[in-house]
Order: sequence, then C-alpha cells, then structure tokens
Amino acid sequence: MIRAESLAKRFGPVEAVRDVSLEAADGRITGLLGPNGAGKSTTLRMLYTVLRPDAGRAEVDGIDVALDPLAARRHLGVLPHGSGIYPQLSARENIRFYGRLHGLAGGTLERRVDGLVERLGMTDFADRRAKGFSQGQRTKVALARALVHSPRTVLLDEPTNGLDVIATRAVRKLIRDLRDQGHCVLFSSHVMQEVAALCDEIVIIDRGVVAGSGTPRQIQQEFGGETLEESFVRVLGEREGLA
Amino acid sequence: MSLALLTVFRKEVTETLRDRRSLMSSLVLGPVFGPLLMMGILSLSLERSVSRLDEAVPVIVAGSDNAPNLVQFLREQNLDVSLREGGADQVRKWLEQDGEQVALLLPGEFGEHFGAGEPARVLLFADGSNAKAGRRADRVRAVLAAYSGTIAALRLQARGISPTIAQAVVVDEVDLSTPSSRATLVLGILSYVILLVTLAGGMYLAIDATAGERERGSLEPLLTAPVPRSHLIYGKILAAATFMALALALVMVSLLVSIQRVPLEELGMSANLGPRVALAVFGGTLPFVAVGAALLTVIASFTRTYKEAQTWLSAVLLVPTLPIAVAGLLDVKANAVLMAVPSLSQHLLIQGLLRNEPLPGLYVAISVASTLALGALLTALAGRLYGREQILG
Repeated sequence: MIRAESLAKRFGPVEAVRDVSLEAADGRITGLLGPNGAGKSTTLRMLYTVLRPDAGRAEVDGIDVALDPLAARRHLGVLPHGSGIYPQLSARENIRFYGRLHGLAGGTLERRVDGLVERLGMTDFADRRAKGFSQGQRTKVALARALVHSPRTVLLDEPTNGLDVIATRAVRKLIRDLRDQGHCVLFSSHVMQEVAALCDEIVIIDRGVVAGSGTPRQIQQEFGGETLEESFVRVLGEREGLA
Repeated sequence: MSLALLTVFRKEVTETLRDRRSLMSSLVLGPVFGPLLMMGILSLSLERSVSRLDEAVPVIVAGSDNAPNLVQFLREQNLDVSLREGGADQVRKWLEQDGEQVALLLPGEFGEHFGAGEPARVLLFADGSNAKAGRRADRVRAVLAAYSGTIAALRLQARGISPTIAQAVVVDEVDLSTPSSRATLVLGILSYVILLVTLAGGMYLAIDATAGERERGSLEPLLTAPVPRSHLIYGKILAAATFMALALALVMVSLLVSIQRVPLEELGMSANLGPRVALAVFGGTLPFVAVGAALLTVIASFTRTYKEAQTWLSAVLLVPTLPIAVAGLLDVKANAVLMAVPSLSQHLLIQGLLRNEPLPGLYVAISVASTLALGALLTALAGRLYGREQILG
C-alpha cells in the first residue's frame, strides 16, 4: 500500500516533480504512465527512499519514507531503472547477496532463492556468472533479488524496457501473479500498450504533475477517445497544444 | 560489526578474486614482480659500477725489456700482464680490435731516464669512451703511481733525506657509515615501493566498489536495501584494506627473497632485512592500510565512471609519497611531530628497521595512533558521502 501526497523534487533549476499525489492499493496493479522525462522515475525514487522529497510526504504500508527509510525499505521490493547486477557473481549469488542484506540466512534464504529461480524460469543460468547474461536474464535476476525478502509492496521502474516478447510476457505474468497474491504493485512505463494490458489503476504523470488517474475505463470516459491510447494522447496533447 | 557490512565485504572480496585481470595487476604485478625487477636492476647496476679488487685486470705491455722491474711490480699488484712486441702504431691497432683492452708502452729511452733519476715516460693507451677500459686504466694508473712513489722514496732515502719530506699533508678518511646505513642509501627507495604497492593493491577494488558500481547501475538497487548506507561503504573500505594488507604481505615476502640476490656485501653493505625485520615492517606499515583504503574509496566516490576514477586514483597514489620525497631531500630525522604524519612515519619506521636502528616505542605508538586516527576520519567521511543522495550521480 502506497500513499503519496503532493510530492515535489527539484535538481538545481529543474523541477523534476512538482506535485504528485497517488495511491496504490494492495492487490492492485497501479501503472505510472507518462512520456520520457515526466517525473516517473523521480517519483519512484522518492518512494523507495533513495531521494528525499523537497515537499510532500509518502507512506509505504503506513510508514513515512522520510522519517523511517530503513523500515520502509524492508517493506519494499524495488527494481530501479536500468538496474545492474554483479557480473562476477552467478545469478544465484546475486540474489543471495540481497537476501543477506535483508537479514535472511541459512535454509530460509536458500529456499527463497530456489523458489525465485524456479518461478522466474532461471534454472538454466542460475549458477552461471552474470557476465554474459542477456538483457532478459539480467532483468530476471534483478527482479528475483527485489523479491527475495517477500516484500508486501513492489516498485518497478520500466521493468520491460529492452526485453523481447517472451521475456516481456514472463515479467507481465509475474506482475499479475504478485497482484493475485495480494501484493501492491506500482510500476512505471512510457508504453501505452503495456499499461493498458496490465493495470487496474493508472496514474498519468506529465511535467511533474498528475494529469489524470483512475481505472483504464474511467480515464477513457473522462478524456474521451476510442482507445486508451487516444485518451492518453489527449491528456498530454491538451498540455502540448496538439489536440 | 554489522551483518550488512560483512555481507558487502564478502561480496567485494569474492568479486575481486574472480576478476583475474585486476587480481593480476593488484596482487601479482606490483607486489611480486615489482621487487624482483627492482632488485634485479639494482644488482645489475652494482655489478657494473663496482670493479672488483680481487679480479686480475688484464693489461698489454709492449717493450717490457726496457723496464723489467716495473713489469715485475705490475705482476705483483695483481695485474694480468701479457707481453707483446710493437710500437705505438701496433698498440693502437690492438686496441681498435678490442676496445676493452688497455695497453702500456714502455719506450726504449725509459731505462736511460730512469737510471739518470729523471722522470721516465710511459704511455698508457685506453679507450676513454669504454667504461670497462676506463676502469682498467684507473687500476693500471694507480699501480704505476704506487711504483713511482716507492721508487721516489727509495731515491730520497739514498740521498739521506727522509721520504716524509715529500708528504706535506696526509689525509686519513674516517667513514662513519655502518654497512647497514650505507645500504640504506641504495635501499632508501624501498619504503616508496612498499607504500605504493600496498596502495595499488586495493585500488581496483576501491574503484569497482564505488565508481564501477555506479557505472554498472548496481548502486541504486544496493541503496534500496534496508541497511544504513554507511555500513555499505564501510564494508567496501574493509575489503579494500584487506587487499592492501595482502599486497603488503606479498611485497615483503618478495623483497625478502629478492634482496638475497643483490651482492650488497661486496660493496661493504648489508641490508638488515631478515624475516623478523620484514615482519616488523609489515606490522609498522599495516595501519597505513586504513588510510589508504579510506582515501582511495573517498576519492573514487566522487568520480562518475571507472575510467575517471582510474585517472584520479593514479594521481592520488602519489600523494602519500610526497612527504617521503620531501623528507628524503631534507634528510630529516625522526621526531615526535614527524611521526604524527602518516606515510612519512611509516617511511621513517621502515628506514630505521632497515638501518638496524629501530625507533623508540613512543614513536611507533605515535605513528600507529595518528595513522589509525586519520583512517577513521576518512572512513567516517566516506560514510557521510554515501549518505548524500548525490552519490547516485
């Protein structure tokens, strides 16, 4: 469960996020949709506590991210944008390392790692060094390490970026599975189709502010348009003066 | 120590051990081959510069019939005399064929002048541009001067004059250097090598753990782990320190082995570097590892890419050697204030041990305390730097 109120963040003269409020409920997939540079990553970064908001506040499962970032991180599974893994470690070792950082050890840790290797279809390459992994394999490792501590809330920054069709499907299936198990999933994307295919709720961000939110149907009704994509373009287009 | 710190430490060590290239340059090239190469060059140059006194120097003598006594004297002075017949032109030809040879030509009028008590001329031929021939000529010249002095003294005595009258000043040289301290001049560079190699041993790890991690994009997920950021960087510093300590141990072993092969004794020197001294040098230098690891990690934390970090750290590697260079130029002696300067104090400790003049316990304590204090300060600084959100780059 995530609740953010009026988040704002600036880097020098650039106002990356001006005013973002959103809610992502447990058992729902919430999509953060917006063009490149809209402030999606910055919003997520504030939620997963690597950036401190200049204004506003945010809660993860009732924990204020600014007041107690360590506790918030314990509740979060995070896949940052362009997330890298350690090339000299095997897939399993990469995941295990994060398990240990989350305080897992021994049989519990090994069972978790085994479970994730199975679940994400990593058996073939789980014990190989990550040096020559494909983008899809790397993303799977990064996802597994984000989930190793069974977090209640999952934040994914463009999880299907650079993946082929097969890998994209696997990731989408994982996201749906997480939802069905009652997790709160918040993910960002600039790909309309992806959001349309997956999300229960959509938050559209543009130039650092929320331009619209609701279920896909609600957004379509509110902004008109035959398809969700058309509605999306209208939301943005009104701002750009294109519509 | 926190669990997260140890987890990060273990991960950094595993990664570095698996990276053959950086392992090669941090633990093999520097610590093992560095001293071997240095000692090899040193012993080569020693062998070349020292003409051995016990070695018979070959000399060609032409016209030996003109001065049989002189030739006898040359032989007694351990010169390997080979007699040949010929004039100045022939002598030149012989030397053109073999530039390392020197030749002595005793002219026909030698006996006449010698008998009359007049200066009798001999000709010494040598190629001055040939270092070996130059050293041989020096030996022959010295022997001739000794012969000349002996004959002159006999002549004075024959005329009832004490030979000492011809010696207005006598110089007695008193050399205060001990064999060990003489060697230290040659081995003064050793503390440079030890400190540099030690620092370089942890350089790749320091870069990889900071700039490398950021460049690969693995830093951001790491920062989402529920552990204080400072513990992450402390684990990395500990790992860098471990590799530096390993490099230090290796360089001492390598020095210990390679220094045996340098013919220092022939120069009347001895390097006071046995296993015990090597162990003492290791112990005295070990605290410096804390400064080195924290310093390199702090600097690398500021850089954005692996390459940038490499450029910066290569320059920073030289910083700890600056005080040593200044101290070497000014020829400073250890005192309580200087012992509070990390790197300089290690240099002084090492020099004392190699000279077999170990520093007092108080100085050692000052060195250890000040070095560890700076290390702790830099480590705390690294922790603070990692707490800032700019670290994401």
